[in-house]
Amino acid sequence: MSIIVSNISKSYKKVKALQNISFNVKSDEIFGLIGPDGAGKTTLFRILTTLLIANKGAASIAGFDVITDYKSIRKNVGYMPGKFSLYQDLTVQENLQFFATIFGTTLEENYDLIKDIYIQIEPFKNRRAGKLSGGMKQKLALCCALIHKPKVLFLDEPTTGVDPVSRKEFWEMLKRLQGKNITILVSTPYMDEAALCDRIALIQDGQILEIATPEAIVKKYSKAIYNLSANNMFELINSLKEYKHNHSVYPFGEFVHYTDCRPDFNPTELKVFLESKNLTNIIIERTTATIEDTFMELSK
Amino acid sequence: MKRFIGFIKKEFYHIFRDKRSLFILFGMPIAQILLFGFAITNEINNVDIAILDHSKDAATKEIINKIAASKYFSIHQFIEKEDDIEAVFKKGKVKAVLNFEKDFSKNLIKENNAKIQVITDATDPNTANTISNYVNAILQNYLKEQNKSSAQVYQIVSQTHMVYNPELKSVYMFVPGVMTIILMLVSAMMTSISITREKELGTMEILLVSPLKPIQVIVGKVFPYIFLSIINAIVIVVLSIFIFKMPVQGSLFLLAMESVLFIITALALGILISTISATQQTAMMISLMGLMLPVILLSGFIFPIASMPLPLQIISNIIPAKWFIIILKSIMLKGVGLQYVWKETLILLGMAVFFIGLSVKKYKIRLE
Repeated sequence: MSIIVSNISKSYKKVKALQNISFNVKSDEIFGLIGPDGAGKTTLFRILTTLLIANKGAASIAGFDVITDYKSIRKNVGYMPGKFSLYQDLTVQENLQFFATIFGTTLEENYDLIKDIYIQIEPFKNRRAGKLSGGMKQKLALCCALIHKPKVLFLDEPTTGVDPVSRKEFWEMLKRLQGKNITILVSTPYMDEAALCDRIALIQDGQILEIATPEAIVKKYSKAIYNLSANNMFELINSLKEYKHNHSVYPFGEFVHYTDCRPDFNPTELKVFLESKNLTNIIIERTTATIEDTFMELSK
Repeated sequence: MKRFIGFIKKEFYHIFRDKRSLFILFGMPIAQILLFGFAITNEINNVDIAILDHSKDAATKEIINKIAASKYFSIHQFIEKEDDIEAVFKKGKVKAVLNFEKDFSKNLIKENNAKIQVITDATDPNTANTISNYVNAILQNYLKEQNKSSAQVYQIVSQTHMVYNPELKSVYMFVPGVMTIILMLVSAMMTSISITREKELGTMEILLVSPLKPIQVIVGKVFPYIFLSIINAIVIVVLSIFIFKMPVQGSLFLLAMESVLFIITALALGILISTISATQQTAMMISLMGLMLPVILLSGFIFPIASMPLPLQIISNIIPAKWFIIILKSIMLKGVGLQYVWKETLILLGMAVFFIGLSVKKYKIRLE
């Protein structure tokens, strides 16, 4: 086991940021923490990277205890905070060299590890980090976090605020890193990224709702789920919420996801109801559940 | 060691790429020393005065000539009647009016008693005081010359001898003060800002999650500022020697060592400030309010400590700047060696050790 977390709780004054969090991450696994803003993901990262001390519970990283052995952990992990935390007034190359020196290594020594990522930012190596685009910044931050070949990599929302293409590239890089003996704990608010992890933990309000592989989590969703659309989406949602048999209603991309609480749900009956609400162009079709649907169901 | 050098290299990049901090570092010392040296001064030079002479005889003429010849005064205008006095003051240019009584010369010879009224514009009390003293001195001088011819026997002559600063140049007083302010500002404010900047931008989080030891981070942060402060001290001393002819009577080596000691004390204060403030703005406010004001007001730089109320006199003892100014003045003006300032040096050393200890203890190895 690379990361062992047992019964971690943490509160700030009145707010309970984390309550009895437990999970394990195997070596070379990509483990995703999926949850909305304010779920406690950053607090958990800070506890595991020895920056905060939990009120209760214990945790160990690569065999080192987060409290007693914090110095060993700091030598062996790479951490990329949610906020871009490199020196904006230093160039790409200066940032990399600085982080290489403080970890007692050089750019050349672990070049093969960061090569794939570095060649993408190399054309800008003399540009100040503050002047890079969002995607480039994240790639540079990942390079800096990897430069000392850490055993465990902590990525706190690495793709927040990054364009879809860069996000996709970023995840491809993580997949490639997996083959190089690095355990990755990554958090994200994007449900579509969750499917790319080996295992995920759904977290909300400081509590873990579910831990499983993405496939298993989707399979747990037992209800029939429907895509709905109509000429007026806002009215559609309001009408569906008024419909007495509704189980859940929430917008999902260009559709509204709807589930019914009866096992013998008849879409035609719903269509008649919606037409009585003056809605037109009504489409009702069966769809498959996603991780987001599971999350919505679990967090109800 | 390699880590440490890498860290210092990074600090220098920060300093040289930030135009604001560069300006504070190098522009301000020069600007301040010139400002205090040239503009802010309590010497008087070519003060405009007006004369109201009711007698217009030999004696008044001679006195007026003497006054006009001195470099302190220049006669702006002659007025004819008392009513005009108010008017010339209101115009604002004239700072004093000399009013000679009628039959001045006759009274002086016959009754050994003649009167001059010296009216000064006391909106600036210090200048008014100085003007009336200077006028008196010129009158005394005139009398002495007169008395030489008519042999008078009894006379008390006070011979004033101003030691260490015979010409009463205010720049002698300002240079130590300005040097103290600049070193305090550069060392304490700049380090506290540069450490809190790492906190504010989140880079401290990464530095904490790295094998760097707290002491390495602190020393690495502080070292460039020690270096820059020393350069500043040299610039100030050189400027004051060559532009203001400020003497450095004592040993330059001792001066340098004492400056380094003060710089270290100020840096320790800067680190301490950075441990209690979360943002650069807070750090700057604390440095300005908590350090600069006491340095200016309570260090004896502008207001003499001896004339302060007792509670303030006691408080002034905990201000490192007070001791440093005493040391600076002793070395630069009196030319004394360590045997005369060891007490002040020891106090400063004690403060440095105390602040360093406190800031290392308060430095957090985690985020909270």
